[in-house]
Amino acid sequence: MTVFARLMGAAAIAVGTLATPMAFADGGTLVIASSQVPRHLNGAVQSGIATAVPSTQIFASPLRYDENWEPQPYLAKSWETSADGKTVTLHLVDNATFHDGAPVTSEDVAFSIMTTKENHPFKSMFAPIEAIETPDAHTAIIKLSQPHPALLLALSPALAPVMPKHIFGDGQDAKSHPANSAPIGSGPFMLEEFTPGEAIVLKKNPNFFIEGRPKLDEIIVRIIKDPSALLIAMENGEADMYPFMAGSQEIKRLEKVDALTITADGYAAVGPINWLAFNTASPKLSDVRVRQAIAYAVDRNFITKALHRGVSAPQRGPIIEGSPYFDASIPAYDVDLEKAQALMADAGFADGMELTIDYIPGPKEQQQSIAEYMKSQLKKIGIDITVRAAPDFPTWAGRVGGHDFELSMDIVFNWGDPVIGVHRTYLSDNIKQGVIWSNTQQYSNAKVDALLNSAAVEQDDTKRKALYAEFQQIVATDLPVYWINALPYHTAYNAKLKNVPTGIWGSMHPMDMVEWSD
Amino acid sequence: MTFSFLLRRIGYGLLLMLGVVILNFLLIRLAPGDPAIVIAGEMGGATEEMLAQIREDYGLNQPLLTQLWIYVSSIAQGDLGESFFFNQPVAKLISMRIGPTILLVISAQALSILIGVCLGVLAARKPNGIMSGFVSVFATIGYAVPVFWTGIMLIIVFASALPIFPVEGMQSVRLRDAGPVVKTLDVLHHLVLPAFTLAIIYLAQYARLSRASMLDVLGSDYIRTARAKGASERSVLFRHALRNAALPILTVAGLQFGNLISGALLVETVFNWPGMGRLAFDSILRRDYPTIMGVLFFASAMVVIANILTDISYRWADPRLRGRT
Repeated sequence: MTVFARLMGAAAIAVGTLATPMAFADGGTLVIASSQVPRHLNGAVQSGIATAVPSTQIFASPLRYDENWEPQPYLAKSWETSADGKTVTLHLVDNATFHDGAPVTSEDVAFSIMTTKENHPFKSMFAPIEAIETPDAHTAIIKLSQPHPALLLALSPALAPVMPKHIFGDGQDAKSHPANSAPIGSGPFMLEEFTPGEAIVLKKNPNFFIEGRPKLDEIIVRIIKDPSALLIAMENGEADMYPFMAGSQEIKRLEKVDALTITADGYAAVGPINWLAFNTASPKLSDVRVRQAIAYAVDRNFITKALHRGVSAPQRGPIIEGSPYFDASIPAYDVDLEKAQALMADAGFADGMELTIDYIPGPKEQQQSIAEYMKSQLKKIGIDITVRAAPDFPTWAGRVGGHDFELSMDIVFNWGDPVIGVHRTYLSDNIKQGVIWSNTQQYSNAKVDALLNSAAVEQDDTKRKALYAEFQQIVATDLPVYWINALPYHTAYNAKLKNVPTGIWGSMHPMDMVEWSD
Repeated sequence: MTFSFLLRRIGYGLLLMLGVVILNFLLIRLAPGDPAIVIAGEMGGATEEMLAQIREDYGLNQPLLTQLWIYVSSIAQGDLGESFFFNQPVAKLISMRIGPTILLVISAQALSILIGVCLGVLAARKPNGIMSGFVSVFATIGYAVPVFWTGIMLIIVFASALPIFPVEGMQSVRLRDAGPVVKTLDVLHHLVLPAFTLAIIYLAQYARLSRASMLDVLGSDYIRTARAKGASERSVLFRHALRNAALPILTVAGLQFGNLISGALLVETVFNWPGMGRLAFDSILRRDYPTIMGVLFFASAMVVIANILTDISYRWADPRLRGRT
């Protein structure tokens, strides 16, 4: 045998060995593939999926939620709300420790909630909190300026990580604290390694306060930005789970892989809505009839069935259709071109008009494709659309945040309770120049303001639903936004995995129950 | 080769890098888009106060020339600043990625020179033979095909249709705790596709260049003399001809180093290779000025060093240049 032949033989054996995915042992390793890059791992000062997935494994929170939107004990073993709704008392478990061994106390909970209130972009989550009293190490009493029914949902792992005060309370700015990239929490997994933009390695917390959990030994979040490389990694077993998958081609392709299970469950609280935003301050779009005409001309079913190949669902209103607060009786604006043309004529635009549409570069199927569809579809009612591409996110955000747009595609999340993710788009006091995902439509309706402000403090859930129903009826008539579809988030995972998180927060939830079936 | 020659080359290199830093700084700041909005977007939104605070924190509210002065003085003190996006020192981010980039670039350079020169020499033996024709066609295709397309095709064939090679970066995450031999094999396994993708375009150039250069040299009197003296064909080709034909190859190798680094940017993106190119690409989209500047600074340093080394090796290979400064 020649040296060359020997070398080739050795190489073939090596390649064969390495090409076979390693078997898992003991609790095993879960490799999560993600295309999202987290800035850091602390969800207390940063929203978004990229941070929340690892953050909810590292940090525990006062409560966690089941798939029926019901709060469950976590760091708080029980809780009660006072009759006037202005005091919420959390009774903490007494055996929880941080990864460095320090006990989790009510001081840590109070510090964390107040730090989140100061630094998290979702100001409405904890805005009514005036103070948090800590009469003993395991009791935290949250004092509110007004009743705040959204509070319990805001105490979920994705939104309220409990941080160790002895580390994060050293006086440094929470948003740029070095510990955000090397966090210590009390969650089921501990950070072993964080390579920004590449991988996050989490090891089992052997002292996790819930006995017998976590089941897995290790979770590795592998960031693979190239979509085709990510799909190949899933197909070849190099990765075991791919949450927040939204491309129809990706979903259809991975559905064909026998070793994988695909589910659309687990995104109810995320509430990702893809919509067409109208700049209501634009002279051409200030007339509600023009906005309604556009709504009647756009075919949601064509978008969801043809452009999205049936993987996405139509979305009729501002609150995600899976939420208990969604009102199914709001106008649907089924396609009616004659009515659309009549509305255009009534508004004084019988001869048509010219409009520009922007879109977020990146999620092409949800944004650019729909913007291009609008161009051909709206021509039918005399609207000549110019599709204005942005080279990157900052350019798009600058235009929309700066109110320099007429129509724009956008993606906005509900984030659980309407107070957190819905109010910001419609409250007139949230019209803020230069701030993306504020009320960039510049929509102002005193009745809507009053309804939202009432719903924010209404403790009776039935009455609260009625307030949101009325709000939805009004905005579905005023149409500052035309809601198109819910983002078709799916999770693909190895069929041998058990207890994959499919509750309301999906993968933004502790994976302490996830395990391999053999 | 004199000491003053080296000093002069290093001096020119430093001046060049200063120019690169200033030019890069100004070009990047001229691009539209506000990093504060990107950071706010990544955070899920921000209030006006938070936006103002972000601009204050990162010095974005300072006049451009003040920002430039602060940046150049920081670099002079060895501080590349802190990433807007990751809130981590740029030097740390680069140090995590420079190794993979160097490995990829040097592997691709070695592959392209080795295979390219061999093909060129073989083609030059019979200028009208099959090998010569193959080299010409291969060179044309290799030069014309975009590097990302080659990468995607290789992924489709060797990672998807025939799942022989991985595409998820430089190491298999499941082999993190393996021994050094398995880890090394694992890295080599991951390196095959990206290195070959990056090498192809330059391999074709080296093949064509060495063929032309060899053809030129093979017609020289001293080659005829060597053959007349009964030297073997291998000795004539590799000992007498190639050494003389290598000068233009060396020159091109030095010049190509910069192109290889820019090519690595695309290859790293396609193959998820954890190097500086991907960091640069992502940082541009995020308007992460300090990181972009840091990567460009390092990349230009690598090109300058490669050019100095080329100058040195050129003098080593050609005794006629040694006396010149």
